[in-house]
Amino acid sequence: MTDIDVPITTKKDWASDQEVRWCPGCGDYSILTAVQMLMPDLGMRREKTVFISGIGCSSRFPYYMNTYGVHSIHGRALPMATGLAVSRPDLDVWVVTGDGDALSIGGNHLIHALRRNVNLTVLLFNNQIYGLTKGQYSPTSEEGKVTKSTPFGSVDHPFNPVSLALGAEATFVARTHDLDRAHMMGVFRRAHDHQGAGFVEIYQNCNVFNDGAFEKITAREARPRMLIPLVHGQPVRFGDTNELGVMVDRQGQAHIVNVADVGEDAILIHDERHDDPGLAFLLSHLARGPSEPTPIGVFRAVDRPDYGSLLNHQVVAAAERFGPGNLTELLSSGTTWQT
Amino acid sequence: MTETTGHPMHELEKVVIRFAGDSGDGMQLTGDRFSVSSAIFGNDLSTVPDYPAEIRAPAGTLAGVSAFQIHISDHDILTPGDSPNVLVAMNPAALRANLHDMAAGSTLIVNTDAFVDRNLTKAGYAANPLADGSLTGFTVFEVPMTSLTLEAAKPSGAKSRDAERSKNFFALGLVSWMYSRPAELTLDWIASRFAKMPTVAEANTLAFKAGYNFGETAELIGGPFTVKATAFKPGTYTSISGNTALAWGLVAAGQLAKLPVFLASYPITPASDILHELSKRQNFGVRTMQAEDEIAAVGAALGAAYGGHLGVTTTSGPGMDLKSETVGLAISLELPLVLIDVQRGGPSTGLPTKTEQADLLMAMYGRHGEAPLPIIAARTPGHCFYAAIEAVRIALKYRTPVIVLSDGYLANSAEPWRLPAVDELPDISVEYAAGPNGPDATFLPYLRDPETLARPWAVPGTPGLEHRIGGLEKADGTGDISYEGANHELMVRTRAAKIAGIAADIPPVDVDDPGGDAEVLVLGWGSTYGSIVAAVERLRRRGLKVARAHLVHLNPFPAGLGDAVKRYPKVLVPENNLGQLTALVRAAFLVDAQVITKVQGQRFLYSEIEAAVLAAMEAGA
Ligand code: SF4
Repeated sequence: MTDIDVPITTKKDWASDQEVRWCPGCGDYSILTAVQMLMPDLGMRREKTVFISGIGCSSRFPYYMNTYGVHSIHGRALPMATGLAVSRPDLDVWVVTGDGDALSIGGNHLIHALRRNVNLTVLLFNNQIYGLTKGQYSPTSEEGKVTKSTPFGSVDHPFNPVSLALGAEATFVARTHDLDRAHMMGVFRRAHDHQGAGFVEIYQNCNVFNDGAFEKITAREARPRMLIPLVHGQPVRFGDTNELGVMVDRQGQAHIVNVADVGEDAILIHDERHDDPGLAFLLSHLARGPSEPTPIGVFRAVDRPDYGSLLNHQVVAAAERFGPGNLTELLSSGTTWQT
Repeated sequence: MTETTGHPMHELEKVVIRFAGDSGDGMQLTGDRFSVSSAIFGNDLSTVPDYPAEIRAPAGTLAGVSAFQIHISDHDILTPGDSPNVLVAMNPAALRANLHDMAAGSTLIVNTDAFVDRNLTKAGYAANPLADGSLTGFTVFEVPMTSLTLEAAKPSGAKSRDAERSKNFFALGLVSWMYSRPAELTLDWIASRFAKMPTVAEANTLAFKAGYNFGETAELIGGPFTVKATAFKPGTYTSISGNTALAWGLVAAGQLAKLPVFLASYPITPASDILHELSKRQNFGVRTMQAEDEIAAVGAALGAAYGGHLGVTTTSGPGMDLKSETVGLAISLELPLVLIDVQRGGPSTGLPTKTEQADLLMAMYGRHGEAPLPIIAARTPGHCFYAAIEAVRIALKYRTPVIVLSDGYLANSAEPWRLPAVDELPDISVEYAAGPNGPDATFLPYLRDPETLARPWAVPGTPGLEHRIGGLEKADGTGDISYEGANHELMVRTRAAKIAGIAADIPPVDVDDPGGDAEVLVLGWGSTYGSIVAAVERLRRRGLKVARAHLVHLNPFPAGLGDAVKRYPKVLVPENNLGQLTALVRAAFLVDAQVITKVQGQRFLYSEIEAAVLAAMEAGA
């Protein structure tokens, strides 16, 4: 993938001439900025970069990138991106999707793209609401949520996107949020550099229909106590003075504990490269929702050949083994006779 | 094995044979081998299988009956035949399930060993039909095939349960002798096919020979008969089914277009064999992906098309339902895409293994908004090859999804097919956009070719052509989002004009009317071709003036169709639906076209079309 002749670019080169049309104050703006700021550093060419989205507020994203882009149909960004990434492994393919797009109407495609490990970077903007259709509850909305379609409160149990991705045995799974550009850029870069499907859940504020959904954990003053940064090889610790940590008991349950009570050695050491996604899964649902201390960062990053590389290797190997296809030979490969 | 001794040889013009047994009895294999020896012998032939929808229907029941029909002839034929002359019935259920297709005087060869109480009950017979006189009027040959097979196979050392499974080879040997098929071909095939299982090979060989010799020595079998070789157009032939022809057509189209084929499909009867066949063709650069569902399949194919590959998806009716939203996106993005619909009986799950032609109006109209696309229908198994190439040609040239309609009958039936000379196939390659096309070195993704109205195919990776497009309405030229009313109308009309304009790029309608003064035009599309041609020939032999035309392009209609349907006093349209082409023709040309329908999950017999045309002519006279 290293292309040493890539022209030097700045953020401006990656921004299209289209007027950005999200609601003022929407979390989508800061995500767009983070991506546009990151692109010059990735060593990729604009013409080799493709953003594909589905339908929803976040899915307007491709129009704002000065790259190739497709704003497809609801839930179907991943199949299109899969076909593209598999047939054109030379391209850098990104998918921008939302909680409704990826987890409701397109849920099936998400789990299959992840288990196949298609070489894509998937940014899931989770605002826990349907914004574009003006405020219905989504598959990540909390139970009891009152919306236009649930005036007496939602009785649906929500998905946890990171747990779902880990359940599908995704090879790269991370979470970040729209109020921390540096954290977003770090996570996006790692998802991009990962060979295979890089899945990132982004807590994104919809200030019109679900304002403050993540405020309890993402507000600057709340972060030390409410966000648990995951660092590979390091104890999982947080708190104003790093006094808290995560411990796994003998039953395999994760708990938040005072480090002083249990001793430093009892604290879980984060291992994103662990083959078994079990520990990552434990961490992913440590919080029942974005009102309790929530781990962010990279949950899992393991190596597994991606689907496109495997398929393309087969194609190359077949040509080597059987010789390049000869149509005349194919047509006469059954029983033939002359008249 | 020597030529027949002592028996006079009766020459037949043609014969229709049906092999029927339990699904475990190997009837498809038997029929297939009989076809191959007949083809190599030089007969024209047409075959059709009929197998149960359930993979493991209970043995011995009517639901578990599997049959294979073959029509062999000394002249050009186009259908697997109407009523069989001979039925080979391996058990009571096979007899009961097929007897209603047999005309009086036809021949029944039954495996009497299977006509025991248990099997009779399972087949729903209260009394043994071999004994109760109900088969009077047929020529019945009772042959204890199971016991003769067991006896013959003894030297092979096969256990009797295994040896019993060779009884289809006994039947094949018997029928091969009856119709003077060369035995060596089958014996050689058995030796190579079962090379790794010498005991099985030996048992099958002994069973085949026993059947062959039984025919020769037992006086009770009529024959032998022979059907002389057909005067074929010189060339190399192979036997091809519609599904294989579609798959090979796609491989060929990839080569002719100089593009790698990307097929994404979800398994579905009766289309899966296209996926299977293409999956074997990686050395042609063919990539196949078994998608998680029908929607993902068409989406991945569209993604590959966006990337500059030849994107294809194959399915049947239920899959078409699911793909329609993505097809609309492909129409809006104006990207080349080929969808193959191997039609089956519907609605819903319907009749998965049975044929029908009832998806035409869905192909035509089954999307929201004004969403026209070209439709091509294959008419014979071999024609499927050319239908696939034509679909790819149009998709690439006009940057549009194209639907190919095949059906369950074409998919599985087979005919001798003359191999095309590869270097005579057309070059269908197109160019990607290479550079800016607008003012100040800008790129306008919706600036059209003035002749075809196709937009540039600008694939990612091309510097300077970065652009964003989607399913939202696009401004003419720039492709930017536009909600403007006048622009939408322009785009709707332009997309329609692009598809309508394809009429100038396809052959005009070809009306077959030898005298030029026919009183009726029989108009068909798709797999009814063989039955219609045969029916029209028979009507003409009766002295009737009947014209015939068959559509390959269903949208747009070929030039001259309007004149043709207005020229004849009567227009009759045989269709395996309730009148879908009929409705399109009536709407397009304001003529009183009349449908001839059959929706029984079975192809038309030519005699049915013949009778319907006769009745209509009499009614109108
Ligand atoms: S509705 Fe919500 S998510 Fe959509 S653009 Fe407005 S603030 Fe952003």
